[in-house]
Amino acid sequence: MNEFIEWVSQPWPWYVAGPLIGLTVPALLILGNKTFGISSSLRHVCAMCVPAGIPFFTYNWKKEIWNLLFVIGILIGGFVATSYLSNPEIIKISEATQSDLAALGITDYSSLLPVEIFSWQNLFTAKGLVFFVIGGFLVGFGTRYAGGCTSGHAIMGISSLQWPSLVATIFFMIGGFLMTHLLLEPLMKIVGF
Amino acid sequence: MKVIDKKTVVEDPNCVAPNLREDHDKGLELLKYVILGVLFGIVFVKAEIISWFRIQEMFRLQSFHMYGVIGSAIVTGIISIQIIKRFGIKTIHGEKINIPTKEFRKGQIIGGFIFGLGWAITGACPGPLFAQIGSGFTVVGITLISAIAGTWVYGKFADKLPN
Repeated sequence: MNEFIEWVSQPWPWYVAGPLIGLTVPALLILGNKTFGISSSLRHVCAMCVPAGIPFFTYNWKKEIWNLLFVIGILIGGFVATSYLSNPEIIKISEATQSDLAALGITDYSSLLPVEIFSWQNLFTAKGLVFFVIGGFLVGFGTRYAGGCTSGHAIMGISSLQWPSLVATIFFMIGGFLMTHLLLEPLMKIVGF
Repeated sequence: MKVIDKKTVVEDPNCVAPNLREDHDKGLELLKYVILGVLFGIVFVKAEIISWFRIQEMFRLQSFHMYGVIGSAIVTGIISIQIIKRFGIKTIHGEKINIPTKEFRKGQIIGGFIFGLGWAITGACPGPLFAQIGSGFTVVGITLISAIAGTWVYGKFADKLPN
């Protein structure tokens, strides 16, 4: 048992994690005829809490409660993995990325997320505005406009061989490349990194 | 054996995860989705998919890790769906499995691009946001609220945006 815990406590390689994530697709289909997609949960929260008479949020969200339970599960899973199965060592990121990020002022690898960015102290600062408020807004607005995120389009959509999902995924990547290579550095300079 | 016709259901273009079960899941039956979510969340953390650093590595093309994860997930998904179709596998409730068709819209380009910008800032797509919060980065709760606000604003102006 201890050996097992030790083994699961190491970071998992891509060829273990990827297939496990891929298996979520048939698991949801077979367990309840559900299509894998996570960003829809954000829409259901809107429909549940602030529909405001908007047609886009006027539907029977109770029928989609499974999706909300699924994301609550993800949150619990994050807690379980971090509390009981977490890897004691610091995260091993490629040296090239480390030197690129050092130039942006990010050097702390003690957690999965850089504490220089993701801390409550940053909330009411320009850093918080960019990384939490604007970043989150773009994720929520963009995924809904695109009709899905990495799970709904990149994994579920491409898995079911639907070309619109491939188009969406290509544009996710284009947006990400543009932000990372052109916009992130000036943006981080402006907010004080 | 009858293969599943994927044209049978045309989804609501704005909802990628529609519930196609004929009868509703009730009570404890819903617990299976929580359990599946927990397993999924554990994989997210254990493979460091929720890490902002890993997303930076991916967009800087400095590691194969994320490409390996997403690529092998897609391959597994393709094989699984092909098996489901070829063998006419049904749900545990005996229903025919329906996979909705996605219609092409401009939103997949414009919205996809906008999401990409946000993905590189937050280091998270919607799934990892939840796992990051569970991992103790409670401030990501603000990012999540902001993402919900973004979704709401899209819904409010959906009919005025090019689509």
